[in-house]
Amino acid sequence: MDARTPARHAEAVIEVRDLVVGFGDRVILNGLNLDVYRGEILGFVGTSGGGKSVLTRTILGLVRKRSGSVKVFGQELGTLNEKERSLMERRWGVLFQQGALFSSLTVKQNIQFPLREYLHMSQAMMDDVAFAKIAMVGLKSDVAEKMPSELSGGMIKRAALARSLALDPEILFLDEPTSGLDPIGAGDFDELIRTLQQTLGLTVFMVTHDLDSLHTVCDRIAALADGKVIAEGTIATMMAAKHPWLQAYFHGSRARAVFGAQG
Amino acid sequence: MISVRSQDGGLVVAGRGAWTAHFAGALEQEVDAALAAHARPATVEIDLAGVERMDTFGALLLERLRRTWQTSGVVPRVTGLAPKYAELVEEISRTGQEPPPPKRRTEELLERIGHTMVDVGKDAMALLNFVGATVAATWRMILRPKSFRFTSMVNQLDQVGFRAVPIIMLITFLIGAILAQQGLFYFRRFGAEIYVVDLVGVLVLRELGVLIVAIMIAGRSGSAYTAELGAMCMQEEVDALSVMGFDPVEVLVVPRILALIIALPLLTFIGSMSAIFGGLLAAWSYGGITPDVFIERLKYAIDLDQFEVGMYKAPFMAFVIGIVACLEGLRVGGSAESLGRHTTAAVVKAIFLVIVMDGLFAMFFASIDL
Repeated sequence: MDARTPARHAEAVIEVRDLVVGFGDRVILNGLNLDVYRGEILGFVGTSGGGKSVLTRTILGLVRKRSGSVKVFGQELGTLNEKERSLMERRWGVLFQQGALFSSLTVKQNIQFPLREYLHMSQAMMDDVAFAKIAMVGLKSDVAEKMPSELSGGMIKRAALARSLALDPEILFLDEPTSGLDPIGAGDFDELIRTLQQTLGLTVFMVTHDLDSLHTVCDRIAALADGKVIAEGTIATMMAAKHPWLQAYFHGSRARAVFGAQG
Repeated sequence: MISVRSQDGGLVVAGRGAWTAHFAGALEQEVDAALAAHARPATVEIDLAGVERMDTFGALLLERLRRTWQTSGVVPRVTGLAPKYAELVEEISRTGQEPPPPKRRTEELLERIGHTMVDVGKDAMALLNFVGATVAATWRMILRPKSFRFTSMVNQLDQVGFRAVPIIMLITFLIGAILAQQGLFYFRRFGAEIYVVDLVGVLVLRELGVLIVAIMIAGRSGSAYTAELGAMCMQEEVDALSVMGFDPVEVLVVPRILALIIALPLLTFIGSMSAIFGGLLAAWSYGGITPDVFIERLKYAIDLDQFEVGMYKAPFMAFVIGIVACLEGLRVGGSAESLGRHTTAAVVKAIFLVIVMDGLFAMFFASIDL
């Protein structure tokens, strides 16, 4: 575990400071602080409806913040002009919970979509890239010509992951990547994320509920409750935390099954 | 990005800079140029010591260099690759081994015509089947009146009936006015301006009122029905109803169609009145026919039959619009594209059938001398 934990002096690629986000008179995130370091896999847990997705969407600029700062690669998103923003958006990839593949395009066209928009290269090169990404996420090449509606749930996740990796991003956002997969599929997917992270040198921000994922792939875990990050660190830190929600989460019957003797 | 030089009878390809996505287009051209210029060198060394950064795109192009020369019998030697990229290069060399699958075929013209013909036949059967299912569901409801979804129907009535009133009134008002204004110019040549009242009255009450309103409703409410039901299909809501023991036709379709059958005659009445009012104003301002003269002439020109002919048609048209829209909605598949296609199909088919029905009614009323 220690070998994987990034050194304290590692560069923070995402820095969130005193973030406040709310809708109407409801405040979802209230003074949230979080750092994500280069090259780590950060697992993000929290109560359901507690604002995990809201934080992800705020970092991505899909939700407006009320105050505080969100810096990605050291740049405040709100201060960028359109061109800088587009350059920034090419440096991250997002895997949405339902995949969000474009339903009217084949898998190959889905992967090539960002390439076609941003880079100028031949069709042969784009085909090479698409087939390489499809192979990297563990799909067979015949999936390339299929429509998203012809794929199973697990294949959709993998195809969507291939699309999010299309531009070789530095940060990968995963929203509940293993939800809806069977335990074997989920285990394979965890392993895939670990392999890709090492091969491509990714930084991964993963919102998850899957205790197995937290245990096997995450270098560090951050827990969200009451609109703040209440604990950060390894599994051991989480187990030792006193917050009642963390106690319930990491010492429940499901957690005991995963962590065994440690629990 | 790369420089090629000959050394000791062999070829040395030296890479430098960033072999990343951003520069992949330029790098690709240089790689292809190098491959074209040196199709069959004696030996090749690919020196990557100068490459600062590399991602999948760079690794893929390295792989292209290697593979192309390998197939012509030269095995390139790769040197100077930074250790941190070794894993990536190895991973990429494993990909692309499988042959690419055949492209999705697009249909030829003749093939498309054939398929369309078969589809038309299938559509007709599906429509008939659906009419049967709807009538059966309605019959079950008549036997068990308690199961009728009154709230749902009132809600639909509000959506397709009440909220459609302003736009229907506006459109029919304008059409009535245009009809009268155009008619006036022709009747004036014969000094028979007053006959414009007959024109507007008969045309609107018999044909145009119901036709315009039906077409408007097919576009406005028919498409809404298809989109609503289609979105429910996509989210598996319709399947959820079925497995809970409900008949989707009974729950979703019958209230909608009944709401249309009630709303369309009412809208037709409102629309016809609005069109006649538009005609009255146009006749007044363009032809100097005062309202009291207009109404006096209208009483003489039309009788109840004209009005009834228009109104009889309305519920039948409502039924056709509702059936087509709901059927198309329930046939929506998984994709957004499919939803769009079926919504278009619903509106086009509904309008087509409305006009065909109007023709059939014209023949029917002519043969019974109405």
